[in-house]
Amino acid sequence: MSDPEFPEPTHRFASLTLVPKADEKQSTRDFKSDQEVRWCPGCGDYAILAAFQSFLPELEIPRENLVIVSGIGCSSRLPYYVNSYGMHSIHGRAPAIASGLAASRPDLSVWVITGDGDALSIGGNHLIHALRRNVNIKILLFNNRIYGLTKGQYSPTSEQGKVTKSTPFGSLDTPFNPVSLAIGAEAGFVARTIDSDRKHLTSVLRAAADHKGTAFVEIYQNCPIYNDDAFLPLTDPAERDQRLIRLEHGEPVRFGPDGSQGLRFGRFGGLETVPVDGADPAALLVHNAEEPDPSYAFALSRLDGSGFAHTPIGVFRAVERPSYDELMSAQIDDARQKQGDGDLGDLLAGGDTWQVG
Amino acid sequence: MTKQVQQLDRVIIRFAGDSGDGMQLAGDRFTQETASFGNDLSTLPNFPAEIRAPAGTLPGVSSFQLHFADHDILTPGDAPDVLVAMNPAALKANIDDVPRGADIIANTDEFTKRNLSKVGYEANPLEDGSLDAYQLHAIPLTSVTVKALEDFDITRKDAERAKNMFALGLLSWLYNRPVEGTLKYLDTRFKSRPEILAANKAAFQAGWNYGETTEAFSVQYEVKPAPLREGIYRNITGNTALSYGLVAASRRSGLPLFLGSYPITPASDILHELSKLKRFGVRTMQAEDEISGVGAALGASFGGGLGVTTTSGPGMCLKAETIGLAASVELPLIICDIQRAGPSTGMPTKTEQADLLMALYGRNGESPVAVVAPATPADCFDIALEAVRIAVKYRTPVIILSDGYLANGSEPWRIPSVDGLPKLRDEFKFASGNVAVDGAAGPPFLPFQRDPKTLARPWAVPGTPGLEHRIGGIEKADGAGTISYDPDNHDKMVRLRQAKIDGIAADIPPLAVDDPDGNARVLVLGWGSTYGSIGAAVRRVRIAGGSIAQAHLRHLSPFPANLGDVLRAYDKVLVPEINLGQLALLLRGRFLTDVVSYNRVRGLPFKAAELADVIQDVIANV
Repeated sequence: MSDPEFPEPTHRFASLTLVPKADEKQSTRDFKSDQEVRWCPGCGDYAILAAFQSFLPELEIPRENLVIVSGIGCSSRLPYYVNSYGMHSIHGRAPAIASGLAASRPDLSVWVITGDGDALSIGGNHLIHALRRNVNIKILLFNNRIYGLTKGQYSPTSEQGKVTKSTPFGSLDTPFNPVSLAIGAEAGFVARTIDSDRKHLTSVLRAAADHKGTAFVEIYQNCPIYNDDAFLPLTDPAERDQRLIRLEHGEPVRFGPDGSQGLRFGRFGGLETVPVDGADPAALLVHNAEEPDPSYAFALSRLDGSGFAHTPIGVFRAVERPSYDELMSAQIDDARQKQGDGDLGDLLAGGDTWQVG
Repeated sequence: MTKQVQQLDRVIIRFAGDSGDGMQLAGDRFTQETASFGNDLSTLPNFPAEIRAPAGTLPGVSSFQLHFADHDILTPGDAPDVLVAMNPAALKANIDDVPRGADIIANTDEFTKRNLSKVGYEANPLEDGSLDAYQLHAIPLTSVTVKALEDFDITRKDAERAKNMFALGLLSWLYNRPVEGTLKYLDTRFKSRPEILAANKAAFQAGWNYGETTEAFSVQYEVKPAPLREGIYRNITGNTALSYGLVAASRRSGLPLFLGSYPITPASDILHELSKLKRFGVRTMQAEDEISGVGAALGASFGGGLGVTTTSGPGMCLKAETIGLAASVELPLIICDIQRAGPSTGMPTKTEQADLLMALYGRNGESPVAVVAPATPADCFDIALEAVRIAVKYRTPVIILSDGYLANGSEPWRIPSVDGLPKLRDEFKFASGNVAVDGAAGPPFLPFQRDPKTLARPWAVPGTPGLEHRIGGIEKADGAGTISYDPDNHDKMVRLRQAKIDGIAADIPPLAVDDPDGNARVLVLGWGSTYGSIGAAVRRVRIAGGSIAQAHLRHLSPFPANLGDVLRAYDKVLVPEINLGQLALLLRGRFLTDVVSYNRVRGLPFKAAELADVIQDVIANV
């Protein structure tokens, strides 16, 4: 009896359905390029790069099918350090370039590396449209709340009043909350993590890879030169447990000393913190990243002001819908099925024609 | 009633009316009838940017000019022999172009006191004798149309709207056009609205009958078919030809076509056309802005596709940085700039040639790209194939400089056989894999190691094992492509990128000069859409006994290799351009030739008579 025909091995991650499988097991080393890494000593980018490189073998795809596209800024140097295909493009435009690549090559796993200035200032338009368009790309936004490469001007995520070289009397504008922005831009997948928490960072990368369509990950990243300790309240062991809210899909939301705090819906659909003891258990929030109504994930994102009183990390929202590239391919297949494969001769000779001679 | 039939060798008709009067449609249908009859023809649609400007005003006038002949012609014509004026605004806006003795067909229903005063007529020009020098046919087009349709179950508004079909029917009779195409067209257009379909057909027939039976027209004209080269023809606009050229290039190269584009006049029709052609595997993405359009196209090119973006001047400004990136990473990219009158928003629906210097130099740093320009609407097809040939062979951005006149103008096109089109698949190959064999790794892949002949770098497409590499806008080390700030390396790379573009000159046809008697001392040199006007002017000069040589550039970066020799072979070189002398500046700078620059920037093509006078002047002063 001959062997039954097995389908192609399936991928562990939903975004890789059309990407080939790697022939053999890979290691972190396979994804290190021969280029010397040149970020400042102590930069959070090192930790993110290391976590990313050690995560990549989990994708189990040939490294030639991995493409990393970046814009301009410190974080955008990352593609040079990963042994895959990569493009270090121009300021703010990585989502646009990656969209064209991913929409025309569904067999690639395409990742965008960007920063708070790159994605939210000069490239803001491309970011929001990539999110609503839902091309199968993964966007990692390294948020250090400062312009590093241009040597320390405030960024669109800097807190109001920030004193920098370009704002000696304090910045005037209100910062973006990148997670709120992404949710407002119809993103299907939105998550936040921290450079120094490798385990959490890796778990978020896994979840992003498992999302078909555009995945948006904000990574709090420390810039030791121009904005050192910007996220100290979230990384300092003495403080962080008071502030961090670790979101786990399907789990009750607990934080604070011994998980004594929870969340419940307050007035106008916002969320408020509440001591678990004495609270109506039915009113306490159980996290549901798959809630279709984005108001819920938005409410979560609003728990956090600039001061990190309560900062949720993890996957805020993971709601699948057909991806742009998938729909685009389907339209082409449909047109070919209904009209037949295009015949160039027929196209050129279409319309009203006449014969001479 | 049998009417006298008069033979003409050529006719210029201008349909003019309010934006909502359907003049573009009437003109387009008359053009199709004329094309299928076998005349040579050339068209000039001219319409406002406003979709519906206030009715009856001068800014709201939309016109469509058609020149057709029993011989080969080059332009939509200077002055109409027939003006159809659907309202006082249309008469006022166009009468200055109409020579005395020409026919004017005016819709008297619209010549009301109110409409007359809207455009500043104190008296009705149809009645005050001011048009005595013309053959005036004052016809109540609206009311005769409404009357002809009184038995149809349609609104009065729908009946009035059919007046363009009445006018078309009348003109079709006057010039004895075949009507099957128009009737077929109406069948398709109003398939789902049988009553409107029947009414439009009836209006068309009524117009025809009006010409045949009333005494308003005593003569019917005949323009015999032109002796065109044997073949199957269709009428085609520049934008359609460009779209088809891109699809043909995709098929002939085997590269899937990806269009990233943001809507902009007068380029949007290319996006519209290509978005219909999904059965050819064409992917079109309407981007959030011009930058995203070109960025997505570059991403597709990086992925081994044929990345294309389409735009006009304001969009070119926004795309400049990405075009620079494409020049730096040396990937194929097609940028179609359908030029329009600038600066800034300028006059979106009017033509101009003022983006030449921007195409060549409008980026930071030394950022050379190839630039080509079609000469006629049908040439847009060939230029697309040529642009793709250069882009894929040399791994470079190529800018196509079309313009509003070519984009919307049309001419008969001899449909080429697919097998005769350039085999673009032979012009390039993707870099192939570099996989370790028997444990021994091959030599490291060098993404900027150039082909010694073309100086093109390898096109190494993601998904190819062993060729993983990183590219970007930062300066790259020659060969290895890694980041380099080495001064000598930068100097070398700047020169290599320029040398690659310059080298294309050996791979394009030399500039052909048309100098039939060999006695010409003056050369008239143009580029892009002025080909027709210059050619028609040259004919006039020669008929008048003048000796004049003509040459036309389709390649603007690099120039054909023999251009300097051609310029030096004449005592004077006249360069007419619809800008303030951009090609002239390049020629003076590059060849130290003191060319005579002739410039008019009116948003319209040159008139042949105007250019003929200019040429005669230059000849007289040699």
